[in-house]
Amino acid sequence: MDQKEWPLWEVFIRSKQGLDHKHVGSLHAADAAMAIQNARDVYTRRMEGVSIWVVESRHIHASNPDDAAAFFDPANDKVYRHPTFYEVPDSIKHM
Amino acid sequence: METAELTQEELFQQRIDADQRIEPKDWMPEAYRKTLIRQISQHAHSEIVGMLPEGNWITRAPSLKRKSILLAKVQDEAGHGLYLYSAAETLGASRDQMLADLHAGKAKYSSIFNYPTLSWADIGCVGWLVDGAAILNQVPLCRTSYGPYARAMVRVCKEESFHQRQGFEIMQTLCEGAPEQKAMAQEALNRWWWPTLMMFGPKDDESPNTARSMQWRIKRFTNDELRQKFVDMMVPQAEFLGLTVPDAKAKWNETKKGYDFGDVNWEEFWQVVNGNGLCNHDRLQARVDAWEEGAWVREAALAHAKKRAARV
Repeated sequence: MDQKEWPLWEVFIRSKQGLDHKHVGSLHAADAAMAIQNARDVYTRRMEGVSIWVVESRHIHASNPDDAAAFFDPANDKVYRHPTFYEVPDSIKHM
Repeated sequence: METAELTQEELFQQRIDADQRIEPKDWMPEAYRKTLIRQISQHAHSEIVGMLPEGNWITRAPSLKRKSILLAKVQDEAGHGLYLYSAAETLGASRDQMLADLHAGKAKYSSIFNYPTLSWADIGCVGWLVDGAAILNQVPLCRTSYGPYARAMVRVCKEESFHQRQGFEIMQTLCEGAPEQKAMAQEALNRWWWPTLMMFGPKDDESPNTARSMQWRIKRFTNDELRQKFVDMMVPQAEFLGLTVPDAKAKWNETKKGYDFGDVNWEEFWQVVNGNGLCNHDRLQARVDAWEEGAWVREAALAHAKKRAARV
């Protein structure tokens, strides 16, 4: 019995012009052309997309979830990066 | 070491209790991973094997419209199987291994698909009852604790509601037709009713893993709760169609605000689960044949891709 798997691909779909491609899932395919065709059949049977990206899963590099707290910590204490940190006088209407 | 392990497990449970989703690379107890791989792959196998009883009627659908609808539905089931296999793979399961387990008879799939589809009304019942039961199981799973599984279920549920409606429409059309057509609808309901009730699994007191699965939020209602919901939903729908569910004990109970109903034949349930249903052998053989007869295609596609990659 053949146990040789086709490589795994991650699928990203732009649902309409003007929006980002978004990860929707993965699938197996022998090459990129087949991955795009399979992605169309698996993930866009109801007009869910106008554009498809596929990337072989082994090319994705990710941050480590175990380090998430420390890794994202630098942004945690910088409230002054948000506009709500600043008080605008009532008499100033638009800012 | 042991205390550290314990803490991790407690932290994990805390996240679950706070309704946070678990993602593929997050720490998780081995038993959580294993249980999920089993649950998701069984679910995927059910979608794939579930194509067979309906595929049986594609060439014999009574009109071009019905044929187009049935084709689209069967294609959806294939898609659902693929979403779910992908979700299981994020837990470290390999696709080939899952399929090998199915083909070797080691993996389970929903026992409902081991019943034959004998008449066109059966296709109505599969959509109306079987997919109706599946939806009750699946809607709560959209909020299951494992992210990729929950996301796959959101897509599945969106597509599944068309399946149930087309099944109901088939039943309604038959019930509004000639007396012979209505009789065909009733006969199919008689055969599918009890097996559908079995789809929710053994009674709560005989379902040992339920408590832990509920604690992990990979199951959100018990088997008996879902079975009750199903009966409450379906008896009035059968009445609307002018059909009778084949259970003399099915009666509205005003005190519990739900239907009473008779006992499922659990002996039959276990017989089918353990491989002795009417179609177990055929279903598995059809999957094995498809896999073996498709081997040359998989090999050729891979060889072609390698050759092209080498040329660039």
